[in-house]
Amino acid sequence: MAGVKEKYLQKLISQRLCNSTDPLVGFLDADLQWNRESDKTEILSQVVNSLGVSAIIYSIPREPYKSMIKYLASYEEKDFLKPEDTETRTFLHDIPIAQNLNVGELTQKLKKRKGLVLKDGSVIAQGAIGVEQAFVTFSSICFSLFVKFMCDFYYHRKNLMKMEGEVEEIAKKAIKCYEDHLLPFDKMPQSPYPFEKEDDAIAAIIEAGSLTVESGLVDSFFGNISCLFENTIYISQTGSSLDELEGYIDPCPIDNSKTNAITASSEFSTHRAIYLKKKFNAILHGHPKFSVIYSMLCDKINCPNRGKCHISCSDRRFMKDVPIVTGEVGRGKNTLLQTVPEYISGRGVIVFGHGVFTAGGSGFYEIFRNLLEIEKEALWAYKDLVF
Amino acid sequence: MPHSNKSYGWTGKILLIDLCTQKYEVIRPEENIYKSFLGGRGLCSYYMREIKNLMPSEIPLLFFPGALTGTKIPFAVKTIISSISPLTKTFFTSAVGGFFGWHLKKAGWDGIIITGKSQNQIGLTVKDENVSFFDCNDLKNKKASDIFHKLKPEGSAAITSIAADNGVAFSNIIIDKYFFAGRGGLGLVMANKGLKAIEVYGSCDIAVHDSENLSKGIEDSMRLVSASPSLMGELGFTEFGTSALYDLIFSRNIMPAKNFASRSFPDAEHLNAWNFKNKYPWEKTGCPNCPILCKRISSEGLLPEYNSMAHFSSLIDNRDIDIVMEANRLCNETGMDTISAASAIACYRELKDKDHSIDIIQLLKEIAFASGEGKLLIKGSSEFSKKLSSPESSMNVKGLDLPAFDPRGAYGFSLAYATSTRGGCYLQAYPLSHEILRKPIATDRFSFEGKARITKLNEDMNAAMDSLGLCRFSVNAFGLEECAKLLNAVTGEDFTAGDLMNCGERIFYNERIINYTLGFDSKDDDLPERFFESENAINRDDFLKARANYYLIRGLSPEGKPLETKTRELKLKWLE
Ligand SMILES: [Zn+2]
Repeated sequence: MAGVKEKYLQKLISQRLCNSTDPLVGFLDADLQWNRESDKTEILSQVVNSLGVSAIIYSIPREPYKSMIKYLASYEEKDFLKPEDTETRTFLHDIPIAQNLNVGELTQKLKKRKGLVLKDGSVIAQGAIGVEQAFVTFSSICFSLFVKFMCDFYYHRKNLMKMEGEVEEIAKKAIKCYEDHLLPFDKMPQSPYPFEKEDDAIAAIIEAGSLTVESGLVDSFFGNISCLFENTIYISQTGSSLDELEGYIDPCPIDNSKTNAITASSEFSTHRAIYLKKKFNAILHGHPKFSVIYSMLCDKINCPNRGKCHISCSDRRFMKDVPIVTGEVGRGKNTLLQTVPEYISGRGVIVFGHGVFTAGGSGFYEIFRNLLEIEKEALWAYKDLVF
Repeated sequence: MPHSNKSYGWTGKILLIDLCTQKYEVIRPEENIYKSFLGGRGLCSYYMREIKNLMPSEIPLLFFPGALTGTKIPFAVKTIISSISPLTKTFFTSAVGGFFGWHLKKAGWDGIIITGKSQNQIGLTVKDENVSFFDCNDLKNKKASDIFHKLKPEGSAAITSIAADNGVAFSNIIIDKYFFAGRGGLGLVMANKGLKAIEVYGSCDIAVHDSENLSKGIEDSMRLVSASPSLMGELGFTEFGTSALYDLIFSRNIMPAKNFASRSFPDAEHLNAWNFKNKYPWEKTGCPNCPILCKRISSEGLLPEYNSMAHFSSLIDNRDIDIVMEANRLCNETGMDTISAASAIACYRELKDKDHSIDIIQLLKEIAFASGEGKLLIKGSSEFSKKLSSPESSMNVKGLDLPAFDPRGAYGFSLAYATSTRGGCYLQAYPLSHEILRKPIATDRFSFEGKARITKLNEDMNAAMDSLGLCRFSVNAFGLEECAKLLNAVTGEDFTAGDLMNCGERIFYNERIINYTLGFDSKDDDLPERFFESENAINRDDFLKARANYYLIRGLSPEGKPLETKTRELKLKWLE
């Protein structure tokens, strides 16, 4: 059983969410086992027992998350944080704040939510059926609170809200931390294009997937990739980690004559609509932080659509030449299926509070570069606004 | 307004009917019974233990809508029908959609318990608080659509059809023409009571405690539903019903062929959902308030769902799409469970028809009427194979024929089949969600690692879901976190997701206790030998180790027997 614990411990470290010595990862099969000894495992074991779940991760996250989460948790007056991005809205709902490591309080709050933060900035995430689930929640909490901090900070600088304390220092440190990893990143997809056979298309997806994670553009689980080869869409499966796509790519005939895509990404319909509408043959979708943050900044504090910008914003907005569109995940009314295929062209589109789609007609090189550049420009645009 | 009880969501009344005397009384359960067992499946097991007499003629038949059934919550439509199964001899519950539970709740009833037996074929009418009976002698050996045509129910109706009239052990109860309480032969239980039909009509809305929070909860849940590719994707259940699974299960090498002798069926791509759609253009229909509408109707009748499609093609080695369609139609009209009917044919072919010369449709008709060769199969493949001294040719667990998921291709199914309280069924542990549909997260389908716990947790979760009346599809989108919010908004109670899990655990364990009293233990929690001996077999030691872990986690003895300490911890009655 060491396998699962070790795997996600390594992911917490390699995705720069935690320092190597901090995380406590508990996994329960017949009995509860921890990745290391700690005086905290007793309390956490009781929490796991009373929740009846099978996995838990407890860790102080690495900088810059640590200072941001600690800041948000200590200044928030309510007992939960409510970021406005799509991951929070569909997946976390909100993030409870616990005062300290106390069995009763943790149990009570984790009975209602997948994870929480503590006043000292540490994060606890549970997995009902496994460590992977706890990891996804942990990563999602870090992502959402990074986004929330940076959005709040923007409004603070615009005098639209007031933040106390050392916010500027924290924001500067966080941006530097992010830049230090993103800016020097110079790996690019090398897979040959055009594809000659199915295997080439699949190999190209696998390569592009791991680069999006390695570059920090995508936090592994949220995002999807596809390409079109000989009337078949090859697409990453729903909930697959983009850095481990081998064996998790579904071939889906573009005429829908096979229903394999039932486990393809939840954005399959959007990918397919893009291919049917435009002359593209590869699509990348991820949730890079500053593109998400930038898309959510709006000074119209009294706008009647506030709080439902992601579906109702009526302005035509851009990040430079890149349109920012509305739309929820999935099918039905107000979904990005109605906006993304329509507006995607040039370098890509940003979906409000959600992420970026890039699409192109010559494999992954160009669209990976576009994704990288959109994120860098969003970061710089953000800096221009706040500093 | 018959809802006299103060409580919201629940009506506070259960109807107890004795068919011998045609008299009825009203049970008013105490509040803590609702809080402990919720409704639907939970109340079924509770009352099954309360009504002590389990003599065959006195076996009660229960109809319990879920705690949320009848509200405007999408997926909250199920009625649980329950009894002791004539096929598996276990305690059995069958969740069925349609409008039955919806009307029953609106008529002011949280459930109906039917005891005794009528000498003549009769029907029962429940219209709000009024209960009456009617003569049904002229409905014998009539097909389902004719019976519905004749009854023209004002609200909803539950009936049995030809198969039940003729003693088929896997006959269904049919609700509103298109919804089937299948698998365990509850249709035969109803027929044996002389009860041909139940009509129910309710005119009152269910009292909701906090409609504003209910609307918010529904909005949150619907967001998750829209984001679920298996439900709302353009190739998902909303477009193709469960037949959307056909290509996927085949391409993952999980679809059984030739009575589970292989997993190769070269014609699969000619018999997939796309081909059915082209051949039999369909319209969507389904349960009230459902965002999916998984049933599809063509001019030739209802389209087969995944298990029927796979079993009437690959399992019985039939390559003719029209035969699949006709076999499905015939089962629906005569009221036979498609999985067991197809399994009976597959077993028959393996043992008595190696050159595949029988006419499948003719044999199905003979089963329904208990005539000709069909007479050999009316007790199911298990009894048939035993008679021919080849029990290994019936692919069942506890007598329940296995659905179209080969556990050699997804190990979670092996534990699901072995531990389900109804026998060879995947719907309680529902490994389909994590091993195949990748929700809430994907697990390694070729590993037993962590599977014992997942099995137990999912069984508990789904026992709670079944007690709330939620369709199994809902777990492909949301979980108990969302359900607790909905339940609290409806009832004004203060349930957490954890509380609902505890209820689920209690309900499942209670069923396990009933089965133990009926003689079931670890010797029955096992799979057909075929899965351990063939090519790509499951390693038996690994399976047994996972099962032992499961017993430990479930709080059972190493022999799979309930323990007094655990029973009391769950606030259940220990054996007398
Ligand atoms: Zn996305």
